[in-house]
Amino acid sequence: MTSLPKTAPKKKLGLVIDLDICVGCHACATNCKEWNTGAKSAPLTDLNPHGKDPDGVWFNRIHTFETMSDTGVSRTVHFPKSCLHCDDAPCVTVCPTGASYKRDEDGIVLVNEDICIGCKLCSWACPYGAREYDETEGVMKKCTLCVDKIYNENLPQASRAPACVSTCPTGARSFGDLNDPNSDVSKLVAARGGYDLMPEQGTKPVNKYLPPRPKQNGLDTAPRTLEYVDNSTDAAPLLARWVDKILSV
Amino acid sequence: MHPAKSVIYFTTATGAGYGLFFWLALLSFHGHIPANNAVGFHLMPFVMLAVAFGLVISGLLSSTGHLGHPERAWRALSQWRSSWLSREGVMAILTFIPMSIFAVYWVFLGQNTGVPGIIGMVGAFMALVTVFTTSMIYASLKTIPAWHNIWTKIGYLVMSLMSGAVLGIALTSVFGLTDVAFHLFNPVGLLLVLGLIIKIIYWQHIHSDKAVSTAESATGLGRFGKVSLAASPHSADNYLLKEMGFSIARKHAAKLRWIVAILGFVLPFILIGVAMHYLQDTAKLLIILIAAASCLLGLLFERWLFFAEAKHTVTLYYGQDKV
Repeated sequence: MTSLPKTAPKKKLGLVIDLDICVGCHACATNCKEWNTGAKSAPLTDLNPHGKDPDGVWFNRIHTFETMSDTGVSRTVHFPKSCLHCDDAPCVTVCPTGASYKRDEDGIVLVNEDICIGCKLCSWACPYGAREYDETEGVMKKCTLCVDKIYNENLPQASRAPACVSTCPTGARSFGDLNDPNSDVSKLVAARGGYDLMPEQGTKPVNKYLPPRPKQNGLDTAPRTLEYVDNSTDAAPLLARWVDKILSV
Repeated sequence: MHPAKSVIYFTTATGAGYGLFFWLALLSFHGHIPANNAVGFHLMPFVMLAVAFGLVISGLLSSTGHLGHPERAWRALSQWRSSWLSREGVMAILTFIPMSIFAVYWVFLGQNTGVPGIIGMVGAFMALVTVFTTSMIYASLKTIPAWHNIWTKIGYLVMSLMSGAVLGIALTSVFGLTDVAFHLFNPVGLLLVLGLIIKIIYWQHIHSDKAVSTAESATGLGRFGKVSLAASPHSADNYLLKEMGFSIARKHAAKLRWIVAILGFVLPFILIGVAMHYLQDTAKLLIILIAAASCLLGLLFERWLFFAEAKHTVTLYYGQDKV
């Protein structure tokens, strides 16, 4: 049934992504692809992977944004994005077949590929672009939070985390129960002011993002730049203006 | 949003088919369309209803055309408690029951008033509910502000009644039922004017500067200033951009709107008005058929724009600054 769980899941497993330390190396996306192309949603189809316009299904995509303040201070922020396993997941309720569902026990949002008709409506309903259509399989695919890894008793305890978390070389991704206020991830969110993406969409994402920390040197204005170059202005020293005049003849 | 042909045809054809059935049932119920109450095959109602059923059935089949697994389409009927797409499927099938009973009465028994007329009206009402559920598939998506508004729902209903009435005038004229066609004359004029007004309001609405979500809210980085995309995740377009990042239409939006306004509304209004009042026989029929073709073509352009102009919030992660 594609209604959301009637009572809120006891556990809300999810990710906390630290934008302060992500270096945009795409290792999470690569390891995600590696694990999932052999796991529950296998295969993670690639189309024309070595050609001019490679395409394919990815559960994890890493964007890079630039921010520019009014005072001219810029930041470069690497921004990994995957399914946020929302509490009010609109991708679940729009599903006409019951293929899309949110688990009662841990809140993970999954697709039952055996009954998915590939209508793509869930990808339209998701504000974040977390769902992708697999053209060769004719079904929708999405991040499973590595459901076949995190509970896998054949793996050592330390490996029972989503592939993206296991592999992140900077430790920018954390995994845990965001419903438990005493979990490490919940404490991290509380300490760092973790936030929701597009809260106005009303999806109540479980995954949280930690904002980049304030700049250490405390500068809130950009250094002067072009004025030094422009010697023709009166602000330039006399000698510089004189040289500029001679050379401009 | 990517304007898939199958979905454009699905929404316009089912809209026109249900609209036509609505008017045929209403005119029958009021005794405006003569029926001879004789057992046997009646060609006139057969052709008119075949057009209505044909548009609805071909539209519904077309909607399964873009599915990854059309053979599993029946599963889409199961989640009517939560999904508008599922509700649409269920309503479409339920609506066939009164529609078919009415059609059998009229085509094979020559009866279209009394009890059959009431059954027809039940079908007509359910047809409009089905059109409403179709509109809700789109209007329920918060991620696409251009669809998530009341004008989408009103628009689908009015365009359905409008195209149905235009087809009704054309078909009754084909069978020389001049009086019946005149019963549709006022509704057609009114609906063509209303339809154009609703489209103009809709276009104003989707181009107001009010943003629902922005690149700042999508990334949560607005606290640092203006957010812009510095590097895309991949070097080539992915599924998300192909499906939801469609932008060809916006370049020609203004021109396409004129085409919609003229073909879909203005031209049919003038042609039907002139034909019904000043022309006779073949010339009249020809002009009415041209008007109907123009209206349907205009609506195809209208639906194409409805998809192509709609911006999805996922584009905020790919360089769009607001939706």
